[in-house]
Amino acid sequence: MKNTAKKWYDYLWVVSLTYLILGFFNILFAWLGLLCFFIPLIISITKGSKAYCNKYCGRGQLFALAGGRFGLSRRKDIPKWMKSSGFRYGFLLFFFAMFFLMLWNTWLVFAGAKDLRTVVTLLWTLKLPWHWAYHGTLFSDGVAQFAFGFYSVMLTSTVLGFVTMLLFKPRSWCVYCPMGTMTQLICRARNAASAPKSL
Amino acid sequence: MPKRKAVIDTRTCVACGCCMKVCPRSAITIPRGICAEVDVALCVGCGKCAQECPTSVITLEVKE
Repeated sequence: MKNTAKKWYDYLWVVSLTYLILGFFNILFAWLGLLCFFIPLIISITKGSKAYCNKYCGRGQLFALAGGRFGLSRRKDIPKWMKSSGFRYGFLLFFFAMFFLMLWNTWLVFAGAKDLRTVVTLLWTLKLPWHWAYHGTLFSDGVAQFAFGFYSVMLTSTVLGFVTMLLFKPRSWCVYCPMGTMTQLICRARNAASAPKSL
Repeated sequence: MPKRKAVIDTRTCVACGCCMKVCPRSAITIPRGICAEVDVALCVGCGKCAQECPTSVITLEVKE
C-alpha cells in the first residue's frame, strides 16, 4: 500500500524549471506553456478529475520541493481570506482579464497597429527588459509578442507562488491557482448532475 | 484507545492533491476533482496530510 516509489510524473518539476530557464534564452519557448493551460482543461473536461493538479503539475512539485525539501517555507496557515471562494474566484477573473488584455495586445501587434515590445511584464506592472531572449521570429511579430505575454503570465504566477510558498505552506499557490480553481469549477459542473450528494 | 482520523472540510478543500501525495497509506483520493476524501478504514491518523494541506482544511478528530 505504500506509495513511496516515485513515478515518472513525480519528476515533471524538471520540465517546469526547464521552461522557466528556456525563457531566458529564447522567448519563443514560452509557447510551450500553453500545455500547462490546455492539458488541465482537457483532463477536467473529458475525465472530470483534477488529475493534472493531483499528479502532473510541475509547478506545484517545484514549490513542494523548494518549500519542503529545501525548507524555504515558514509552513504557516494561509490567511482565511485567501482561501475564501470570493478571493479565489476574484483572482481567477482578474487573471483572465489580464490574460485577455495580453491577447488583445498580441492581436494589435499581429494586425500591425502596434510595435513588438521585447519586455516581460512582471506582476502586471513591472516592465523588465528582455530583449536578449529575442532573436527574431520566422512569422509575424505577433508570434513573439504572444511569447513575451505568455511568459509574463508564467513568470508572474511563479513569483506570486514563490512568495506565498515562503510565507505559508509550500504549495500555497494551489489555493488560488486560476487553473486549479477553474478545473475544480469544471469538475463541479460536470458532477453536479451525476452526483446529487451534498458537497 | 481513541483513534484519530483525518477529517476534511470539503467546502474549502481546493482538491490540489497535496494530501494524497504524502499519505503513506494511500487513504486519500480525489475521485471527482471536487474535494479530497479519506478512507477511514485505511487512515492511521498520522497527520501528514494535515501538515501538508496548503488550505489547512484537514484536522485530526477522534473517532470511536
